[in-house]
Amino acid sequence: MMEAQILQFFQWFWNLFGLWDWVWGYIGPVWPVIWVVVKIVAIIVPLMLGVAYLTLAERKVLGFMQVRPGPNRVGWWGLMQPIADGVKLLFKEIIAPTGANKFLFIAAPALSLAPALAAWAVIPFDDGLVLANVNAGLLFLLAMTSLGVYGIIIAGWSSNSKYAFLGSLRSAAQIVSYELAMGFALVCVLLVAQSMNLGEIVRGQDNGYGLLGWYFIPLLPMFVVYFIAGVAETNRSPFDLAEGESEIVAGFHVEYSGMGFALFFLAEYANMILIAALTVLMFLGGWLPPLDIAPFNRIPGLFWMLGKISVMLFIFLWFRATFPRYRYDQLMRLGWKVFIPLTLVWVVVVAAWMQTPWWLW
Amino acid sequence: MNIETLFYLFAAVTVYAALRVITARNPLHSVLFLVLAFVSCAGIWMLLEAEFLAIALVLVYVGAVMVLFLFVVMMLDINIEQMRIGFLRWLPVGLLLAGLIGVQMVWVLGARETSAGMTAVQHAADYSNTKELGRLIYTDYVYPFELAAVLLLLAMVAAIALTLRKRRDAKRQNIGKQIRVTKQDRLRIVSVPSASKSAAAQDVVASDDHAAD
Repeated sequence: MMEAQILQFFQWFWNLFGLWDWVWGYIGPVWPVIWVVVKIVAIIVPLMLGVAYLTLAERKVLGFMQVRPGPNRVGWWGLMQPIADGVKLLFKEIIAPTGANKFLFIAAPALSLAPALAAWAVIPFDDGLVLANVNAGLLFLLAMTSLGVYGIIIAGWSSNSKYAFLGSLRSAAQIVSYELAMGFALVCVLLVAQSMNLGEIVRGQDNGYGLLGWYFIPLLPMFVVYFIAGVAETNRSPFDLAEGESEIVAGFHVEYSGMGFALFFLAEYANMILIAALTVLMFLGGWLPPLDIAPFNRIPGLFWMLGKISVMLFIFLWFRATFPRYRYDQLMRLGWKVFIPLTLVWVVVVAAWMQTPWWLW
Repeated sequence: MNIETLFYLFAAVTVYAALRVITARNPLHSVLFLVLAFVSCAGIWMLLEAEFLAIALVLVYVGAVMVLFLFVVMMLDINIEQMRIGFLRWLPVGLLLAGLIGVQMVWVLGARETSAGMTAVQHAADYSNTKELGRLIYTDYVYPFELAAVLLLLAMVAAIALTLRKRRDAKRQNIGKQIRVTKQDRLRIVSVPSASKSAAAQDVVASDDHAAD
């Protein structure tokens, strides 16, 4: 419907000059492509801005939690700090280490950012507000998040540095292990929602009782497992062993400078926002209001969606300020011996529960 | 760009990547080309409207199996020169195998039942490939499916049984014991009389502190 309005506006605009037929003759055949590109830009630009200001939010939140002001010099309240950081990284020289595999060294940052952005194609922001309404959306997301590991492995290997290599090995093992727990948690969700379409999953949580209908209640263990596995997947503290400053300098991106480093940062933060968005969509009712009564359900769904994502992102930052880094064997134990058995049992429990009359969702 | 053009595009990329897998000098490049071949294969499946299979291929092979491949290849110290020594000697065997596979493929793909053309059956937009696949697997083909699953389980158990060896000298930690540790087990509070003013006594205290760290 929005497409038709925009087309109408263009028709009106070009008809002022009497050129509409001439212009449409050129753009008419490729209009679907143009429209998709417009939608992609409408997702990517706010996402990149969100990433930029998430870095500021992180430094501010960490600052407040440690009783210090955080960045407050560039712009009012430090609001221009992300722009200053971006400009600085843009102008820095890119240095490839001796003996590095040049092509892969340059390609790795792009390989880590691309899946993080591609996953946003199937995320609905409001009822029907989605770029691609795919039936197998959940599977697509799992596939995309599992591709992000290539950027990290290739970065570590192509840098020709032992610290980078150790970091990439740690990260690969960590991501492959936690992906299993994450996958099983998602199996529970699609079992309950009986659909892999993200829009359908959110609509399945709308039963007129507000937040009592959301899936985090029947799937509470899966909600916790999914979010913790998400923190581990994005290599965030307390699972940031791939970067572990005190042991392996900065891990897989130790040899990167300038925009290469910036792309890794963009990918990490875009992944954080993605995991937060997925947690919200699958367990916290997506764009649905917490109470289905007058003042709440008048507010547009986009507001609720973004608000819930912000809360989950705050928890990411809170984790970082609170917990010390895990030891590597503890990390592996948590993934393989705690999360995977727990998720396996809960799949069976939910499947059995759904056959009984006590299933209320 | 119609479906046929897309098919030839993906097919060309697949064939090129598959060729580079066996011709690349660096084994790591071979693995990455194999990843490219998988991804473009998934693209071809997507054109056939088999979106579940296509995404599962990316998820399982690209996302998990090839990561482990990459892992192993990176850790191995492969000497390429040594691997090329027996090339001419084994070439006839390789060519024979390739010829066999080629003949089989021509037989299967050339048969009247399977060569109905490469256009997929068109379905409505609400047709769920995943649901149809699940229905077929768990009803009509449930025995072959279960058989394949048991076979995989068997292979998994066998692989673990073959590689698992208990080392007597390995040091292990007992996580339960570690968690049950209390303050009294680890910390001993000693009351130290306040140090005398002489410099020598202070030195002793300082070095004691250091040792306690």
